[in-house]
Amino acid sequence: MATSAAALRSHISSTLGLRWDPAFGVDRRPVQESLPTGIQSIDELTGGLPRGGLTEIFGAASTGRTTVMLSLLAQATSREEFCAVIDTTGAFDPESAECAGVRLPQILWIRCGGNAEHALKATDLLVQAGGFGLIVMDLADTPPQQARRISLASWFRLRHAVEKTATALVAIAQNVNAASCSTLQLNLRQTQVLWSGKLLKGLRAEADSRKHYRVRSAAFSAGR
Amino acid sequence: MFACLHAPGNLPLLLECAHQFSPLVEETSPDTVVLDIDGLEPLWGSTEEIAKALMQRNGVGASVAIAGNPDAAIHAARGIAGVTVIPIGREAGVLAPLPLNLLGGSASPETAETLDLWGIRTFGELAALPPLGVAARLGDEGVHLQRLARGEADRLLRVPGEALIFEEALELDYPLELLEPLSFLLARMLNDLCGKLAARSLATHEIRLRLDLENAAPHTATLRLPVPIRDAKAFLKLLQLELSDRPPGGPVLKVALALEPVKPRVQQHGLFIPVAPEPEKLELTLARIAGIVGAENVGIAERMDSHRPDSFRIQRFVAQRSEKSPAAVLPAETHLAFLALRRLRPSLHAQVLVQDGRPVQISSAPARGRVLACAGPWRTSGEWWLPNAWNRDEWDIALSDGGLYRVYRDRDAARWFIEGYYD
Repeated sequence: MATSAAALRSHISSTLGLRWDPAFGVDRRPVQESLPTGIQSIDELTGGLPRGGLTEIFGAASTGRTTVMLSLLAQATSREEFCAVIDTTGAFDPESAECAGVRLPQILWIRCGGNAEHALKATDLLVQAGGFGLIVMDLADTPPQQARRISLASWFRLRHAVEKTATALVAIAQNVNAASCSTLQLNLRQTQVLWSGKLLKGLRAEADSRKHYRVRSAAFSAGR
Repeated sequence: MFACLHAPGNLPLLLECAHQFSPLVEETSPDTVVLDIDGLEPLWGSTEEIAKALMQRNGVGASVAIAGNPDAAIHAARGIAGVTVIPIGREAGVLAPLPLNLLGGSASPETAETLDLWGIRTFGELAALPPLGVAARLGDEGVHLQRLARGEADRLLRVPGEALIFEEALELDYPLELLEPLSFLLARMLNDLCGKLAARSLATHEIRLRLDLENAAPHTATLRLPVPIRDAKAFLKLLQLELSDRPPGGPVLKVALALEPVKPRVQQHGLFIPVAPEPEKLELTLARIAGIVGAENVGIAERMDSHRPDSFRIQRFVAQRSEKSPAAVLPAETHLAFLALRRLRPSLHAQVLVQDGRPVQISSAPARGRVLACAGPWRTSGEWWLPNAWNRDEWDIALSDGGLYRVYRDRDAARWFIEGYYD
């Protein structure tokens, strides 16, 4: 069967000429652009977060998920891009964002009052509208069982919607939710809390890049 | 080419006659009007035929003059009775015998007196003076007068601008109760209004809707757009979202729509500037999202000029790059990122066990455990003159569950709260 299909293809190609050849060729994906996180070790690990793809950043509380998010927003807004933060529980802190170098006038902040379904709808609408360099769906404080209610079909639709755009879609949660729909998964773990005398200095964390069955790690620090 | 009609005391008739020929009519003085006759040849024939038609139609025996610029036409009409057609380039010769007093208000009394003293009586005599000498002795005014006398002074007509009103109203034969038939009416009205805007090369940034209702007060809605738009479909969708969000309180008897005309947005895109959301699409998207989460939850966070913790307000999101915004400077790649705080809004009440003035155990819904390390207290207070003053001791604590929290003790209420956690 395979041999006859190949023969048929070869016959059609030769009949129609070379100008029709691409129609029968393999649809090669263009080289993905990426958005750097601004954290050297994570960028060396991942090469930046993919544009036109879905990235999941997950981990427990105080593992540096929001720190990575703000660093990403700072990078994107400094490139004059517009970004959107879909904040499911309303935890976004403008003061921290400004200290991290985020240009607040370029950030569309949407608070969903703890409703993950509203967050999903808002993300869907923003992805369809286009024009945003970075869209962050923040489910970090959403209970895992509620976040898991978002179906794989929804995640697939989101991924498909951003596929041929310059938008980097990032989901932040406690666990993996999009599974195979995500282009990149970053698992963050807290390794140490840093104290300077009696002052909180920051925390040290490790990021594991989990995709394509290769787990690689990078350490980074967050401080004040 | 410009035509001038001059007849003392007959301005309304002169204007009526001029408007029969052209919409570009200048009301120069109570006895003179000027009109632009460019492009009238296919309708009225040659310039001479236009002049004759003007003569026949004015009905008050006005003198008619046609020239290449408005001022030459005015002076010829005022100085020469009947019909005068001045070919372009021959203005100086035709105007030369005219008396200088025809310049009227163009010359100040001092200049007129000076010219009189010099013995200059006609346009031709003024035109013949050496231009440099005139400029040295009479300045800019003298130069302008000489250009008028030579028939060289060109200018645009001062056409009074008509008031631009983009409003439509529709009284209904029977009251409408559903939004769908109302949408059809709105679509038609918006199409008409947007067509009128397009004909004037205008857009709008404000749409006002008024619905007169049966047995209820009128329902009004005003949509303000961040950038001027002229897209009837987008307006219709915005109005539909607004009406579904805030429906009228009764059957609709009359629909009135008004658009505020403004100049359209002109934006130069660059090859290397990142794309931004399209304003029309973004407005619709934001309206839809506002319908889901509430308008007060969508926008830009703007920090307040206050020391109060977590003080900000939500402003409208506009995807417009400010020209004054600082140039793109990429933050350097770093090993040390800024430690972010995630806030719990409102702060959550917590049971805290304190020993020797320091928290040792915390129990609340999001955080529960033994305090491994803590830093504090940092005392902050402010706005004591307001009912919502704050007065607190803040602590950073590391709990046995791995969380890194910011907690505070409200000193007035003597209660502990979890403000958020570092993440």
